[in-house]
Amino acid sequence: MIALNVNGQSHDVDAEPDTPLLYVLRNDLALNGAKYGCGLGQCGSCTVLIDDRPVFSCLVPLAAVGARKVRTIEGLADKDGPGALPAAFEAEQAAQCGYCIAGMIMRAQALLERNPKPTEAELRRHMATNLCRCGTHMRILAAVRRAAKAMGGGVAEDTL
Amino acid sequence: MSGLTRRSLLGQGGIVVAFTLAGRAEAKARRRDRLPGHLETYPELESWIRVGDDGRITVFTGKAELGQGLKTALIQIAADELCVAPSAIQLITADTTLTPDEGVTAGSHSMQDSGTAILNAAANVRQLLTEAAAWRLVTSSDQIVLADGVASGPGGLRLSYGELAASIPLDVEAKADVPRRDKGRRLIGEDLPRVDIPAKVSGGAAYIQDMRLPGMLHARVVRGPSDGTRLKPADIEAARRLPGIETIVQNGSFLAVVAKSEWAAIKAMRGLQAAGWERIGPSMLSTDLAKTVRGLPVEDVPIFDNPGPPAPAGARAFEATYTRPCLMHGSIGPSCAIAQWLNGNLTVWTHSQGVGPLRKSLAQLLRVPIDKVRCIHVEGSGCYGHNGADDVAADAALAAQAVPARPVRLQWMREQEHGFEPLGSAMTVELKAQLDGDGKIAQWKHEVWSNGHNGRPTTASGLLAGLEVAPPFPPQRSRPIPMPEGGGHRNANPLYALPNASGVFHFAEQRPVRVSALRSLGAQMNVFAIESFMDELASAAKADPVAYRLAHLQDERARHCIQNAADAFGWSKRKKGSGFAFARYKNLAAYCALAMEVAIDRASGGLEVRRVVAAVDSGEAINPNGIRNQIEGAIVQSLSWTTTEAVTFAPTHRTSFDWSTYPILRFPAVPRSIDVHVIDRPGEPFLGTGEAGQGPASAALANAIADAIGVRLRDLPFTPQRLKAALEA
Repeated sequence: MIALNVNGQSHDVDAEPDTPLLYVLRNDLALNGAKYGCGLGQCGSCTVLIDDRPVFSCLVPLAAVGARKVRTIEGLADKDGPGALPAAFEAEQAAQCGYCIAGMIMRAQALLERNPKPTEAELRRHMATNLCRCGTHMRILAAVRRAAKAMGGGVAEDTL
Repeated sequence: MSGLTRRSLLGQGGIVVAFTLAGRAEAKARRRDRLPGHLETYPELESWIRVGDDGRITVFTGKAELGQGLKTALIQIAADELCVAPSAIQLITADTTLTPDEGVTAGSHSMQDSGTAILNAAANVRQLLTEAAAWRLVTSSDQIVLADGVASGPGGLRLSYGELAASIPLDVEAKADVPRRDKGRRLIGEDLPRVDIPAKVSGGAAYIQDMRLPGMLHARVVRGPSDGTRLKPADIEAARRLPGIETIVQNGSFLAVVAKSEWAAIKAMRGLQAAGWERIGPSMLSTDLAKTVRGLPVEDVPIFDNPGPPAPAGARAFEATYTRPCLMHGSIGPSCAIAQWLNGNLTVWTHSQGVGPLRKSLAQLLRVPIDKVRCIHVEGSGCYGHNGADDVAADAALAAQAVPARPVRLQWMREQEHGFEPLGSAMTVELKAQLDGDGKIAQWKHEVWSNGHNGRPTTASGLLAGLEVAPPFPPQRSRPIPMPEGGGHRNANPLYALPNASGVFHFAEQRPVRVSALRSLGAQMNVFAIESFMDELASAAKADPVAYRLAHLQDERARHCIQNAADAFGWSKRKKGSGFAFARYKNLAAYCALAMEVAIDRASGGLEVRRVVAAVDSGEAINPNGIRNQIEGAIVQSLSWTTTEAVTFAPTHRTSFDWSTYPILRFPAVPRSIDVHVIDRPGEPFLGTGEAGQGPASAALANAIADAIGVRLRDLPFTPQRLKAALEA
């Protein structure tokens, strides 16, 4: 058994220590948010937060997580609602197939926690790690801008 | 699931009649009027709509949600016509037991085929509800008002749809001439939020990848690195002894591992892959596929021939050749399926675009009667055409055969999706034209070379596993898709009024690499070439590119669409680096005109797309925001194809195996802004939208680059290296 803290809850996981965190989240803890996209750290659809940093959960072995706190999109909701980013993505209708979206949201969450007022160029650079194939980029950017505002910050316009 | 009727599957309802296939042919033969959309194929109302005695309405479609917003649009149509809230509608999508077989969800056909059918079926049901209410309330139909699932008559008398359900038999054929309702609040034309988005932005169960069935096992298929290769004999016994392995499945050269955990399956797969691989058949002579395809034996398919007087003496002649490499669908989530054999019956949960054809292909592959197979569509990652969805369904079905009763989930690895998905064919287009003294086009010739664009499975031969099992099925033949839809020649006939114009499709049946349907098929390439050439001719005629198009165009809706985009962009006051393009998808679906402004860094060849403005006429717009979302996506995806993408090959195999060897557009390179204007045409037929932006976006970019640097690029993709080389030439 390996202890794992996800979204504020402690779990004892019965999995091989070399199992990538992604499969533990999806199969052992039945969390849908983080997605298998490449297993290579190239697409970002598996993005979760470990402490405050966005990581590719497909590349992090379970044994390497240790006592650090894992956060997934399922942890963004609270008693007041779905969380600023999911709410903004819904408001902007920022999804087509949506397979990449949970990863997009977690990467954006990391940015806005660290820097509530990024420039547009910083926002695009930060999000460059994550791929979207449907071409929903404009809406994803709009949703992050909307969430930044709702969280008390904002993305400065005309900074490209 | 065979032998089950709708009654047992759906529970008790007001009107339930077993879903019979036999009645249809007869019914069709008796009928006189042609019914709209796929009502023609499934004329009984109950194939599409069912009203329960609890008032709940179930709507059936054989089309699938692919992330294009289909579910929401169909619910809007049905709710609007039936005068109920969208939440009163339960929509069942593509399922070989429950829904009409509407073939493949492709070609931007869903609204035309299924949307139109549901709209007209709903109008029929509304009329039946109105008549039944009038009879029950002893009044005339024109005294009945339907709203929120209740029929009201004079004097405050009310009957709910549930109370009326028993009085309206829906096992009747639709009538062709039932008018749509014309009063009351409308849902059609509203930006109804998509029903599938909340789960997708919150970590809800939204995809087949998220399904966890009781007792489910995990499987992986083991193959060589790509299409055209096979695994060398592997140490099966060693893999069998690995921890967590349930079984190893071997059938001919098909090999899969089934394990208790996903990670155990992956590790066993990696172990088996260590055996190495070899090329099947001779190596490819050239890895330039556009060149290869152009050199293959071809079958000439005439596209169009508008005779006319020969070009006048002194006409100026122009010609240009355009090429595109093989392109990849590149789904972000590798293909996945779940299969379960129970008492000799197979159920497959799949994100295939065509559950009906898949069912038939699987039955043949597994050598079981077709009624033993049920395919149920569950959403997957976006596919943009024929990706690995069908192949992985076959892989899962074969793997599950070894563990009866256990559901088996099989997902491809990233390198398997990249390595085996059927590609969009490499193509070449050669255009010739002559301009008269006024600069108008007096002669036009279009020639296009391409492999086929439809390798979708209709038999076991269309599935990867079909070629691997023992004995293998012979490869499925490739045939050109006839016009007006067309495959490699889709959109090769310009909408412009051109005298003395003709086109020929040089169809190459022999496929050096695995190819099939990629979003818009040949249309992207043909429109890219035609619309690039139009700008080249406009330039030769010293004409404004928009005015030049309008001077050759009589179709009023096309002219309106072009004018709309030009005005919204501010074309008359445009900056240097602006490009324009237009096409009507397949000349029968949505119209899309598009203007783009770019800036190019002369030192690096770096390209920046400053802004894009598009106008789209999709007929009656059900959900304008859904249309905008589709066109925005088409523009970004097309920019990715046009600036970045090309599948690479070694003589022995495909070398684009991940996102580093097949890069696609990332955030810093997307346009600063995209603005899509929807031209709504209430009452006009729905026109498919999903693929309409692909061609115009590619061409507008080429035209904007030519406007910016004075160099015409004709070979895709326009990488920084190619831009730099063009600038230095």
